[in-house]
Amino acid sequence: MNVEQKLSIDKFVVDEGNPHIILHLEKLDEETRKALTVVCPAGLYTLDENGTMAFEVAGCLECGTCRVATAHLPGALEWNHPRASFGVDFRYG
Amino acid sequence: MADYDAIVVGAGLAGSTAAYCMAKEGLSVLVLERGNAAGAKNVTGGRLYGHSLEKILPGFADEAPVERKVVRERVSMMTDDSCFTADFHSSRFNDPASASYTVLRAEFDAWLAGKAEEAGCDVVCPAVADELLRDNGKVVGVRAGEDDLTAEVVLLADGVNSLLGQKAGLKKELAANFVAVGCKEVVELPKNVINDRFGLNDGEGMAHLFAGSPSNGMMGGGFLYTNKESVCVGLVVSVEEMAKSSVRLPDMMEKFRESAPLKPLLTGGKLVEYSAHLVPEGGLHMLPVLSADNLLLLGDAAGLCMNLGYTVRGMDLAVASGQMAAQTVIEAKEKGDYSNATLSGYKKKLENSFVLKDLHTHRNAPEFMEHTPRMFKEYPELAAEAFTRLFKVDGEPSRLMLKKMLPLVFKVGILNLAKDGFKAVRAL
Repeated sequence: MNVEQKLSIDKFVVDEGNPHIILHLEKLDEETRKALTVVCPAGLYTLDENGTMAFEVAGCLECGTCRVATAHLPGALEWNHPRASFGVDFRYG
Repeated sequence: MADYDAIVVGAGLAGSTAAYCMAKEGLSVLVLERGNAAGAKNVTGGRLYGHSLEKILPGFADEAPVERKVVRERVSMMTDDSCFTADFHSSRFNDPASASYTVLRAEFDAWLAGKAEEAGCDVVCPAVADELLRDNGKVVGVRAGEDDLTAEVVLLADGVNSLLGQKAGLKKELAANFVAVGCKEVVELPKNVINDRFGLNDGEGMAHLFAGSPSNGMMGGGFLYTNKESVCVGLVVSVEEMAKSSVRLPDMMEKFRESAPLKPLLTGGKLVEYSAHLVPEGGLHMLPVLSADNLLLLGDAAGLCMNLGYTVRGMDLAVASGQMAAQTVIEAKEKGDYSNATLSGYKKKLENSFVLKDLHTHRNAPEFMEHTPRMFKEYPELAAEAFTRLFKVDGEPSRLMLKKMLPLVFKVGILNLAKDGFKAVRAL
């Protein structure tokens, strides 16, 4: 089972138009981009064959790993908790 | 006049315990929880060591939604093709003072928050505490959305990603070598299947930790815990090492759950949730400032967690920190002084308790793990090779055990083995 299928089982309420993570691609070096693609447990950071990074906030498990992985590049990633009633809703935890 | 004596940010184990203990002593308490219900944003592996909650709510396990009482401990060293397991089954952990329970946080945290509510707290969820309210620099409450809420003291129990604790200057940005990322699947299985597969009776549970190939030889490991009618299986890996990994974490997770030792244990199960969370593993090295004027830091937000490889603890420390924070606030109210002169008593209480004593005892564990990569690579391979030589019969002339095993020891190096062994028993 791939991670997209796993995420589809979870309960999310996506805050359309108000992403709780804002990525400033221009501030990310190559190494950090690569790191984001491997550390995210939801696999939401992807690189295409040209090295262009894409990020999908829907499916975020709110762990904060991307925040830690980019901490050495101030301003590269703005990380907040989703607004009240939005985001992941763990039914087991 | 403040709206409340205390505002608690976060209805996890630290927050709800603190709220409960304060309300029991007649303080007015507001709890703000960002999830739709207490527990909705929380994840454990997981197992709760019951001793600290037992002191606050004796016999809690009879009433609380615990899953199973752990009577079976397994620790494995895994390679891609082998798995060596130590299995310890015992009724010696039956005493409530040393019992541990598998739990699922959504249900368990909601129960504990309910206890706080019964004791008289206002528990509001979902409510995200966006910032601390200050008056001439002094913390006087929190802002949550449109609402300004005031209190004499604010208890930050807002978890490992404590943005408020950071903004208040109590703690630094999380360092990649001090946190691990965990991901987990909850797999539903019928109760009798779990009992049969893991050799358990009704109500009995198992905790199983794995080192080696599950984390791809990186600092970290796999875990499996049995619940009543589900199994939690997952991985925890150092963020610093994970960032250099060639394999994605979700792919490592899938490889682990599909591995030969794991797959039959999960066969026929239904995945009902996939979750992830950060684990503060830096111990004393990441200990933040625990109190300031009108402000306290609790639980994961304070990094109160310890991973020794064979046991992983956080929730029992969170509960104890909640109780001690509450005791400190109760004293502050009696004195009418919520400045750090009084609130710093919280750290003293933690120092005199198992919380900071244990973190002190095991202060070198994080460094040991970080600087002994052999624990996660060479030693699982050594175990696999040793047991292969022990059990393999292929018609070739057999050799005495000494001759079978000695070359392996030389491969890793006697000095390395002795050194790592010596360091391990002194750090873990």
